[in-house]
Amino acid sequence: MTIYYKDAYINETSVTAGPFLIDGPLKEKFDNVYTDFYDKEKTFEDCEVNELVKTINTLLRKGNYNNRDISLLISADLSNQIVISNLAANKLGITYFGIYNACASFCESIILASSLLYNRDDKVICTTSAHNLTSERQFKAPVEYGMPKPEYSTFTASAATACIVSHKKEGVRIESGTIGKVIDLGVKDAFDMGSAMSPAAAYTLNKHLKDTNRDISYYDLILTGDLGLYGKKIFKEFCLKEYGLKINNYNDAACLIYNNKDSRVCAGGSGPSCLPTYVFCEIIPKMKKKKIKRVLLLATGALFSTTSVNQKKSIPCICHAVSLEAI
Amino acid sequence: MNKEEYKELTGIIIPKTFKIKKIFIAFLVGGLIGLIGQVLVTIYSNIDSLSKIDSGNLMMVTLIFVSSLLTAFGFFDNLVSKAEAGLIVPITGFSHSTTSSAMEYRKEGLVYGIGANIFKLSGSVILYGTVSACIFGLIRYIIFGG
Repeated sequence: MTIYYKDAYINETSVTAGPFLIDGPLKEKFDNVYTDFYDKEKTFEDCEVNELVKTINTLLRKGNYNNRDISLLISADLSNQIVISNLAANKLGITYFGIYNACASFCESIILASSLLYNRDDKVICTTSAHNLTSERQFKAPVEYGMPKPEYSTFTASAATACIVSHKKEGVRIESGTIGKVIDLGVKDAFDMGSAMSPAAAYTLNKHLKDTNRDISYYDLILTGDLGLYGKKIFKEFCLKEYGLKINNYNDAACLIYNNKDSRVCAGGSGPSCLPTYVFCEIIPKMKKKKIKRVLLLATGALFSTTSVNQKKSIPCICHAVSLEAI
Repeated sequence: MNKEEYKELTGIIIPKTFKIKKIFIAFLVGGLIGLIGQVLVTIYSNIDSLSKIDSGNLMMVTLIFVSSLLTAFGFFDNLVSKAEAGLIVPITGFSHSTTSSAMEYRKEGLVYGIGANIFKLSGSVILYGTVSACIFGLIRYIIFGG
């Protein structure tokens, strides 16, 4: 399903980045940074909540708003029962929707926000939050264990991102959004997210192009979220073989946010904040300067839990697309 | 594209994790731990009051204590990600997995945190260690008569 928006815009953005990201190529472009995984808090969860609140407050300050001006907060993260978002929403006192689509949450929140804008002066904040060590514990082994990982695994990007979506003609335009469907081609390895998510991304890309009757060259850039170094190759190959799509104007945010020479980050970034971090720091500033005009974002998410993986179920994946245009 | 065809496609692109270099490092590190253990046994058995079994037990206690301490100071996880099975398979791995779980869950309280999760990773070592000890003990009893 593809939805078109007449006047929905991303006005302001704000990014708080944590360890590893602050050594990467985007290091100069963050609004706030934190250098250790506790950041003076007692637990990793407290740290993540704190960073998320800080990001939203920075966003409000940048846009010159206060909490009462905001109609809705849509937030997503990777913790159990999205408790990080819930705790942050509790501190902020804004009407709140908590959503979960794993790493596809960013595009999901943008689609929801744009669709929910009703009154002229409605403003919706979309946030995503991830913390490498809380998600490491959530999905894999205890942090101090230092579980050995294969080189094709991805490394959750510790960052909180927030943006304001409204009718105000400022920033970049949200032109349309395509909602994807759950696709599962039998990948069972929870480390191999790139292989698991590529078919979902390819499906949504093809669906978007069909629905909108556009050629792939319509976009200056097609950007996937967190397929990683190997997933990127698989995605290109799969698009060509399954849908006959030859994509050259393509990149993957996971490969662009870290210093890839660091072997600890393996095949690149992942997590719900991976794509928005790159988009807010790199793409939107370029679009504001009109260096890039049209971008298609494909946020991919792996919808598994530790229980489903331990029970040897394969990993169902989803991808949502959002098309952005410079104004 | 069906599941088999997709598996073939990803199989070409995803690198294989089986590497001779890793096996070699694990072999060397594991051997080194064994050597340290043997040196400790020799030292302890030179103490008059200790029998051979006691010095063996004391060696294990020492290794467990040292690796637990290294985990607590945050060194061991970096070592494990380099040496992998070389450190996980010997008793150091058992100690490391127990301590790391305890550290991880201490914020959730003494009972539901540490108590419930301390053997999260090493529980299977205890369970299957005991089960296999029973089986091999039985085999030994049947064949050698105790």
